[in-house]
Amino acid sequence: MEILVCARRVPDTSENEIEINAAGTDIERDELVYSVNEADNYAVEEALQIRDRVGGNVTVVTIGGEEDEEILRRELAMGANQAVLISDDAFSGSDGRGIATILTDFVKKGHYDLILTGVQAEDGAAQVGGMLAAMLDYPFASLVNSIAVEDGKLRVSREIESGNREFNEIDLPCVLSIQTGINEPRYVGMRGIRQVASLHIPTLGASDVGIDRTAVGEVAAKVKRVDYFVPALSKGAQILHGSREENADQVLELVAAKGGLK
Amino acid sequence: MVGISSSAQITDWLVPGRTLFLAIHVLGVACFAYIVAKRLVPLVRAQRDLRFDRPLTRLGRVLKFWLGQWKHPRYKFAGTLHILIFTGFILLAVRAFTVLIVGVSENFVMPGLSGRTGHVYDIVTDYAATIVFLCMVIAAIRRLVFKPTRYAVPAKYGKPHTADAVFLLGLIALLMVADSLFAASNAAGHAQHGQPVEALAVLSLPWVIQLVIGSMPTATLWVLNVTAYFVHELTFYFLLCYRPFGIQFHVETSLFSVYFSKLDRGTVKPVRWGVPDDNLDQVQSFGVKKFEDFTWKHMLDFYSCADCGRCADNCPANAAGRPLAPRFLTIKARDYAFQHYPVFGKAHNHEPLIGNTYSEDEIWSCTTCGACEEECPLLVEYIDKIVDLRRGMIDDGNVPQSLQKPLKALESRGNPYGKLEKKKADWVKTGEFPQTCGVKILSGNDRADTLYFVDSITSYDDRMQSIGRSTARILSHVGEDFGILGGAEKDSGHEVRRFGEEMLFLALRDHNTEAIRASGVQRIVTADPHAYNALKHDYKDVPPVEHISQVIAREVRAGNIQFAPVEDTDKVYAYHDPCYLGRHNQIYDEPRAVLDAIPGLKRVEMKQSRDRSFCCGGGGLMLFYEPKEEQRMGVLRVRMAAEAGANVIVTACPFCMVNIEDAIKVAGLEGKMSAIDMTELVDRNMVRQVCSEKLETATCGG
Repeated sequence: MEILVCARRVPDTSENEIEINAAGTDIERDELVYSVNEADNYAVEEALQIRDRVGGNVTVVTIGGEEDEEILRRELAMGANQAVLISDDAFSGSDGRGIATILTDFVKKGHYDLILTGVQAEDGAAQVGGMLAAMLDYPFASLVNSIAVEDGKLRVSREIESGNREFNEIDLPCVLSIQTGINEPRYVGMRGIRQVASLHIPTLGASDVGIDRTAVGEVAAKVKRVDYFVPALSKGAQILHGSREENADQVLELVAAKGGLK
Repeated sequence: MVGISSSAQITDWLVPGRTLFLAIHVLGVACFAYIVAKRLVPLVRAQRDLRFDRPLTRLGRVLKFWLGQWKHPRYKFAGTLHILIFTGFILLAVRAFTVLIVGVSENFVMPGLSGRTGHVYDIVTDYAATIVFLCMVIAAIRRLVFKPTRYAVPAKYGKPHTADAVFLLGLIALLMVADSLFAASNAAGHAQHGQPVEALAVLSLPWVIQLVIGSMPTATLWVLNVTAYFVHELTFYFLLCYRPFGIQFHVETSLFSVYFSKLDRGTVKPVRWGVPDDNLDQVQSFGVKKFEDFTWKHMLDFYSCADCGRCADNCPANAAGRPLAPRFLTIKARDYAFQHYPVFGKAHNHEPLIGNTYSEDEIWSCTTCGACEEECPLLVEYIDKIVDLRRGMIDDGNVPQSLQKPLKALESRGNPYGKLEKKKADWVKTGEFPQTCGVKILSGNDRADTLYFVDSITSYDDRMQSIGRSTARILSHVGEDFGILGGAEKDSGHEVRRFGEEMLFLALRDHNTEAIRASGVQRIVTADPHAYNALKHDYKDVPPVEHISQVIAREVRAGNIQFAPVEDTDKVYAYHDPCYLGRHNQIYDEPRAVLDAIPGLKRVEMKQSRDRSFCCGGGGLMLFYEPKEEQRMGVLRVRMAAEAGANVIVTACPFCMVNIEDAIKVAGLEGKMSAIDMTELVDRNMVRQVCSEKLETATCGG
């Protein structure tokens, strides 16, 4: 099975202190450390596991600049067969639809049976997977938390309300957005990355992929980020004092007072 | 010597005795040689292990740990039994060989054992055989009636080993009885014919047997004599050839295991012996993934394990109900070797160890506290094997999610918490501390003689920063010209290496080594035993390092630190030995000396202390690992302190502090028990003559 995984490089929320810049237009990016978007990493792991079960290839693609190569290298070290960087000045300022457009054109140039995205980027809006499927006219399932390969189709489960699961059959080729927790992604250490350090990662520009420059980037964006804000600290919190037993009683009283216990 | 002559001269089943016994000798020795050769096959296929250095040190260890049975008295009863049996075997070895040869050459006397010396030797060995026999009886009773818990085999680790153990005890007892009956029937035969006979040792087994059989007819004695000889011969060779199939193999292998044992405490074996760090990129596979990835010495360990259970008995992971018992780490590997390298047939089917022989959780459960290695009478190594197995898992990407985040953070930020480098020195800027104690930051233009290596947890953890500030105040107080590296200091990588992520460790080590050397310091002090162990054993080309307890003990002796009496006189203190200060670095006395220098401080010892200290739960990355366990090690430890009558646990390690403070809460002992770091205790009770009077920074300011 030929599998494509769309991945992104994002600031690692567990290793940064995210602050908004003075102008309020972006976060401070000076001292950030980045990593592959968590959900995308699960998608790559799932792709590798499917490949190891049924054979085929895993390609990882990302849209960005030279600095984004680091996540591709990490995914190569995990075991992806190849990685592609799509990079062009024309892409900057793309909204979700622009990104989906770029990916659509890229997918059309290859032959992929299965396209995986992470359920959402940590700084994103969980929209590219669905848009990509629509533009390709492929079936789509979101929040996928298990995949079984059957003849010409997949049996996938999706996470629905309260942690319940819904099972679907979906025809190939298709697009799935992968929920975190679907598997346990393998560890990639420094050694793994060093072993793939010399692998060539092809970089494709807009013309290589056949992308209409007017359909992407800032000129085509219909969604624009206008502001960031940090919610103000509100005063709803109440700190209980006393021993653990007293605290437990106080909590019970409070919950009962608000109508939580009947 | 009628009896003995008759053994060689009998004709049985139409075969002359001499020929029969010679045939048994040749067959027995050939069988043994064949079995041992087969047992050596995996060792030949194993990884390199450079153990041929420092022969004198190694010989010394043979004298101490093998011949001297140094570790055995740690278990008084079993240890005494073993020393008696071991001594008996050593003494009886010559006698056994003499008896064997006599079957072929009736007048043989071992050179040097003729005449009076020979008689003394006979008396001694009469008693030796008796003692070994009695020890076998006692050991069998222990196994069958008293059943010490450490011999039990939990169902998940296989079937009980009792039957095999008792069978072997029985065989040895039989050997002793046959040997004694042979001597006794001989003596009785001689006596009946009025021939000169050397008296058997009074009250010895042969002596008792002679009392019983002395009046039997000569013909019966003759039959007894020949039978005894025959049984002795067969049992001897059966034991010889049976031992390589089980725990008794240690009789042969222990000498080599001890000679080749690990000499350098606190270190971890290289990824591959003989491959320098710079060439590691060329190594195809890291660590141990399949059995043949173990080194030959580690395989020898598997053969040498005597299944005594002392390692597991002292293993905190085992005590806490984690799926790890060092004993079975070895036993399972030995079973693997026996199964896959059979005595008859070809070696076969080499499946990966993880998932088959070992579980992942088993290998991650170890805190590398070293209690097992400290206890093992045969000096079997465990930590290096655990680290090697972890290296294999890391190399395969097989790492629990709980550990992946901190490892990633160590890679990108240099600490497991993912905190910003620029905030590493924030602990020196908190509250009133900067006014009372200045700490230089040596990554800029500032210079100092001494580097205080703080390490991640003390730098970033709110609670542990107090240990950092106390350490700084103590160093200031004794007039030390010191500083810290601040943002230039990355995690020491101590647990990174011990969790098997060697390349990341090397990156951290190289970074820190450069930063330390660039700072121009003459020496290093740390209050974190893990950092101490790393700097001392894992790092090269850095200035000498001391743990703060060594500095304090020295300054107390020199009179530079004086203590005010403890205020709270109803407090009883117990010192908890951190594994990497105590067992791995043998620093037991300094911290105790410091505590005892505080007037009025009441100190008790926990039952498990010093080199038997019980790990509180492990440090570094172990804080992130989510073990499968029945209870926390820390809770067990806190209960031990309570049992000893203590209500304050003093430790000298920030990780111990995390574990013990948590455990006090989990054990429900809040308010009844507390924990304090030695530096905090010293800081609290130190008499600050100048500071307290003038509240100035003259001597407090660094």
